[in-house]
Amino acid sequence: MNASTLVRLSLRSILRNRMRSLLTSLGIIIGVCSVIVMVAIGEGSQASITENISSMGTNLIMVMPPRGQNAANRLVIEDAEKIRREGVYVSAASGVVRSAATVIGGIGNWQTSVYGVEPDYLRIKEWSTGEGDFFTGRDVAVRAKKAVIGATVAKQLFPDDNPIGKHFRVAKTPFEIVGVLEVKGSNAMGSDQDDIVMVPLSTAIGRLRRSKYLQSIEISAVSEEYMDDAQSEVETILREAHRLGPEADNDFTMMNQAQIIEMASSIAKTLTVLLGAIAGVSLFVGGIGIMNIMLVSVTERTREIGIRLSVGARRRDILRQFLTESVVLSLSGGLIGIILAIALSVFLESAVGLRAIISPLFILISAGFAAAVGIFFGYYPAHKAAAMNPIDALRSD
Amino acid sequence: MAVIELKGIKRHYCLGEVTVKALDGVDVNIERTEFVAIMGASGSGKSTLMNIIGCLDVPTEGSYILDGLDTSGATDDGLADIRNKKIGFVFQGFNLLQKTTALENVELPLLYDRGGRGGDAAKLAKAALERVGLGDRLHHIPNRLSGGQQQRVAIARALVTRPAIIIADEPTGNLDTEMSHEIMRLFTELNDSGITIVMVTHEEDIAGWTKRKIMLRDGRIIGEARGQDGGAA
Ligand SMILES: Nc1ncnc2c1ncn2[C@@H]1O[C@H](COP(=O)(O)OP(=O)(O)OP(=O)(O)O)[C@@H](O)[C@H]1O
Ligand SMILES: [Mg+2]
Repeated sequence: MNASTLVRLSLRSILRNRMRSLLTSLGIIIGVCSVIVMVAIGEGSQASITENISSMGTNLIMVMPPRGQNAANRLVIEDAEKIRREGVYVSAASGVVRSAATVIGGIGNWQTSVYGVEPDYLRIKEWSTGEGDFFTGRDVAVRAKKAVIGATVAKQLFPDDNPIGKHFRVAKTPFEIVGVLEVKGSNAMGSDQDDIVMVPLSTAIGRLRRSKYLQSIEISAVSEEYMDDAQSEVETILREAHRLGPEADNDFTMMNQAQIIEMASSIAKTLTVLLGAIAGVSLFVGGIGIMNIMLVSVTERTREIGIRLSVGARRRDILRQFLTESVVLSLSGGLIGIILAIALSVFLESAVGLRAIISPLFILISAGFAAAVGIFFGYYPAHKAAAMNPIDALRSD
Repeated sequence: MAVIELKGIKRHYCLGEVTVKALDGVDVNIERTEFVAIMGASGSGKSTLMNIIGCLDVPTEGSYILDGLDTSGATDDGLADIRNKKIGFVFQGFNLLQKTTALENVELPLLYDRGGRGGDAAKLAKAALERVGLGDRLHHIPNRLSGGQQQRVAIARALVTRPAIIIADEPTGNLDTEMSHEIMRLFTELNDSGITIVMVTHEEDIAGWTKRKIMLRDGRIIGEARGQDGGAA
């Protein structure tokens, strides 16, 4: 009996019990659908994280306080200066402190993030001012009370006026607005990048914070190929600045963009696998449903099996017939599941804004997996059918 | 040459302590184009003998040569192939696939044909149904056919592979008298055209259509009679 006859035969017997077949496949439909959607959401968030980190800056190297509870943060504004001055592979560097603060001025007040940075920061972020100017190195040196604000802050405080030259307060300190940043929009995670105020690093340390230590130093390497050179150069400079002996551990941590992406996406990958595995359980349960119905079907069709054996079917013909039936059942369930999953992902993206990425490869894998479930769970019932004694089978009613 | 040669056939069922001797030493030769009735009381071993002749079952002891082919030692697949090529079954309860048209029922043995006749299945099945007088019922399902018609579909299915023998276990058992004789008339026609038929029956007037009667009792042949002696008149 050839493959097309087998498939035709099994389709017919599946369609003969439409409702039952549908309910049986439902387990597979839900299983495949949830596996695909879960993995798609996992992949989507992974991609979002990667993009987000990529948008943090160009050829970025971050220096942060050391990890561990007892380790003291010793990063200061002079370290950033030294890196900028001495780093051959460094094209830009800026110390960074940031805090949440309420800014008051214009028509009211607004809760936002205030960043203390140096002029290089703008270049690291590939950002620029839309109106006015950024503060200068001299402004940092003299702790000028100048601020550059993001478009969102500008809109909230000065909806009708040009904010350049206006004043506002951060805590008790008045600042003059010298520039408005170009609109950048939301990042990949959906947070508004224009909701920001930037002030000179020295001013932020002197006026807005109690500590002189930096939260990070962000550095741009001259090009992607010199990332490693830049990183070791920065390390050398900082060790020298902190007077660390050859034996001493670094009193800071460094990470480059590639490492950050790798770390974050490995977390997302684990999440994806976990979600997929949980959904996989439902696929397994669906497989058991198929086995159950196939066992019922084999019992119901004992006489048919007897008839087929009596006209010369070999045992493996019977095995193939029932195996084909369970594979067709699970595979069609799988295909419906795939279609549902695609629809659901489109819906999630458009209605909920949840990013879901379905790769064609994964669709193929799921279809293959559904077929494998059919073979795995169909084998036992099919084997039972094929092992029947023809005389007993013919006698059954 | 005999198409069926049975020598010392025994079929014993071991049921724990007791052994049921369903067949206990049967020797018989059946020639090509014979029309044989096997008769005997209930439990005498008729069905058991038919199952062995039909290669659905294998004897505990003895040798069976079918159409020149020794069946002893045949594998499961080998027996399946013999059933497919050499044997056509007709059962008391028709044993047609339900919800399946007459034509498809008759095509069934050809689907398992390993000699490549599957491609002509529809054509051959149609011819077989025409031969049993059901050329106008090709697409009827068994539920829509009378008992006699269903049995004729079963006969067409038995014929379609051009087997060496047709074996029928009480083919008229579920039919009324008129239909029974209709089926026997068909068997006679087929036999006249050269097909060997072995059938089981309880009824003397049905057996009267055949040319040879073999009597069984307790798994042994106790007598034989030749010649047509009634029914068919
Ligand atoms: N699978 C089996 N296991 C045990 N004993 C069996 C089995 N099949 C048949 N028998 C026994 O073998 C004997 C012959 O049975 P068989 O079916 O051949 O009789 P039969 O002549 O066809 O009877 P009937 O006219 O009622 O159909 C009976 O005693 C029966 O109980
Ligand atoms: Mg019987």
